[in-house]
Amino acid sequence: MNKAGTHDIEIRDLYKIFGPEAGQHVEAVKAGLTKAELNDRHNHVLGLQDINLTIPHGRITVIMGLSGSGKSTLIRHINGLIQPTAGQVLYDGMDVVTMTPTQLRDFRRQKTAMVFQKFALLPHRTVLRNVAYGLDIRGMAEAEERARHWIDRVGLQGYEDYYPRQLSGGMQQRVGLARALANDAEILLMDEAFSALDPLIRMDMQSILLELQQELRKTIIFITHDLDEALRLGDKIAILRDGAMEQVGNGQEIVLRPANAYIAEFVREVNRGRIIEARTIATPATQGRELPDFTVKARSKLDLVARRMTKAGMSEAQVRDGEVLVGTIDLPAILEAMVNPADAASDD
Amino acid sequence: MDLIRFPEMSRGNLRAMRQTVDGAFRDFTRAWGDTLEAIFAPLQSLLTFIENLLIRSPWIAVLAVLAAGIWLVSRSWKIALGSVLALLVVGYFGMWEDTMRTIAMVAVCTLIAVVLGIPVGILMAQSNRMNAMVTPILDMMQTMPSFVYLIPVVMIFGLGKVPGLIAVVIYAIPPVIRLTNLGIRQVAPDVLEAAEAFGSSSWQKLRDVQLPLALPTIMAGINQTIMMSLAMVVVASMIGVRGLGQPVLQAINQQYFTMGVMNGLAIVAIAIIMDRTTQAYGKRLQKHTEAGK
Ligand SMILES: Nc1ncnc2c1ncn2[C@@H]1O[C@H](COP(=O)(O)OP(=O)(O)O)[C@@H](O)[C@H]1O
Ligand SMILES: [Mg+2]
Repeated sequence: MNKAGTHDIEIRDLYKIFGPEAGQHVEAVKAGLTKAELNDRHNHVLGLQDINLTIPHGRITVIMGLSGSGKSTLIRHINGLIQPTAGQVLYDGMDVVTMTPTQLRDFRRQKTAMVFQKFALLPHRTVLRNVAYGLDIRGMAEAEERARHWIDRVGLQGYEDYYPRQLSGGMQQRVGLARALANDAEILLMDEAFSALDPLIRMDMQSILLELQQELRKTIIFITHDLDEALRLGDKIAILRDGAMEQVGNGQEIVLRPANAYIAEFVREVNRGRIIEARTIATPATQGRELPDFTVKARSKLDLVARRMTKAGMSEAQVRDGEVLVGTIDLPAILEAMVNPADAASDD
Repeated sequence: MDLIRFPEMSRGNLRAMRQTVDGAFRDFTRAWGDTLEAIFAPLQSLLTFIENLLIRSPWIAVLAVLAAGIWLVSRSWKIALGSVLALLVVGYFGMWEDTMRTIAMVAVCTLIAVVLGIPVGILMAQSNRMNAMVTPILDMMQTMPSFVYLIPVVMIFGLGKVPGLIAVVIYAIPPVIRLTNLGIRQVAPDVLEAAEAFGSSSWQKLRDVQLPLALPTIMAGINQTIMMSLAMVVVASMIGVRGLGQPVLQAINQQYFTMGVMNGLAIVAIAIIMDRTTQAYGKRLQKHTEAGK
């Protein structure tokens, strides 16, 4: 009873302009009119511009950016809560943008579920009725049974008859998560779902999500303004700034090769040892040279590798992906990779 | 030019205009009076039925049922007990029958106001144009002296219960409409968005989210409507609605001070009972709907 994601979501040439005559300005924006100019000259807000993004099925794609960068606007295009000024949102041969109201309703009911920053639970319904909400809408007979199952899965058993306002923020968001999961949709949309929670509870929720995703393999779009959260959760990370896509890649790519100064500044404070994998900095083993007799896994993060090597008193190790030899690695190289190049440069 | 005298329409024209309008209305009354009376006949039957039920049943049974109803709605022993005491005193002073008539009238008026007012309020909440159109009408209904709209009502229906009901409902319906509109508009947009995101139809949104969350506000509107219909009982008695209003009217005409005060106090007692009961119900509704955190 759980549906994994089976299709990628393709966002193509998406533009969103807020204002009464949005359609008239889209060509000018395509030709290079900036957000500030559009605002000054025509009093329209440029929400999104030229967004092209493939959201792979069964993975967590994180959309990251500062407040006002257009994250919420973008995620709402995926379930049609916002209509674009131009562009397509393709899923399984359909374009969400051109769906009729009935098609869109069915799409939302069957294919998507959403978790909100401020939980958006129904205050007059108990936890059980909240979790069953999406199923009630579809008139599903076994709504309650399924709701109970997901309440258990997010660790809220015993709270079925509580009302939202009787629960802490963390618990309320578990209800929000259970409500979304109970819908058994392939696509899970999470708009800053954990941003309103305290750091410790937020870490907790991230773990729950990762654990569930191991098993469920849903197509998750997760929005955050927090880089650490993005790096922890995201198989793929897309960075938005002023409605434009600045860089798309996995965590390592973004940390190691920021596309521009803006992103470099963004990733400056990141603990690189927790992001970079051993295989990334492994050098091919020299032919004929004897391999070090200590082995680390290719996908281990550098901080773990460094800890294991120092503990074992080794300064060199071979990096293996299963049985396959990827190369070798040594402590100086690890240390160098863990230090932010910008900081290193300023100390010269 | 004479600047002291206002340049008014000539007497003759004014009279002609009044006669035309009155004539047209009289023709309308002749042509449609019977039809309109037939349409409103069920309301008259309903009111008569409830009146008879309250008056012809054993008083102790009526009192017990009222007390049970009040307790069910308010869940408060204090309110239920207070109501019983008040009704006993009112009955002891010879006002039982009139009190029952007034309760019946307020009940029917409130029922009509709710049945008509909530749908109008919903429409107003859903469309800004509707809102802009209905709001001035409501303002007019609340500020126009009730005697003015009594004239056409009486012309059509004559004296009796139905014109009384209509007059009271016109006066008392605005709060239900206004507060239904307000309650629905106040529903948190993020909760509404969640309903939308899970694929609710408009009807499902209304039924599962907007109305339940607006209910405490709607209840406040119903409470006001009840109070306003009670305030109209004396006016209604002028056109033939029986109840506590009639003795008050009689007392004014013949300067019976005690009679006026007693009946006035009986109206106050009913007002307090109904107010406390509906407010307690509203509070009970509100317990969970205050948005979490
Ligand atoms: N309905 C709207 N009308 C006008 N401007 C809007 C509207 N919704 C969002 N915006 C603007 O679009 C930009 C992106 O908003 P949003 O997607 O909410 O950002 P984020 O979620 O990243 O904080 C902001 O400049 C915001 O002011
Ligand atoms: Mg946002």
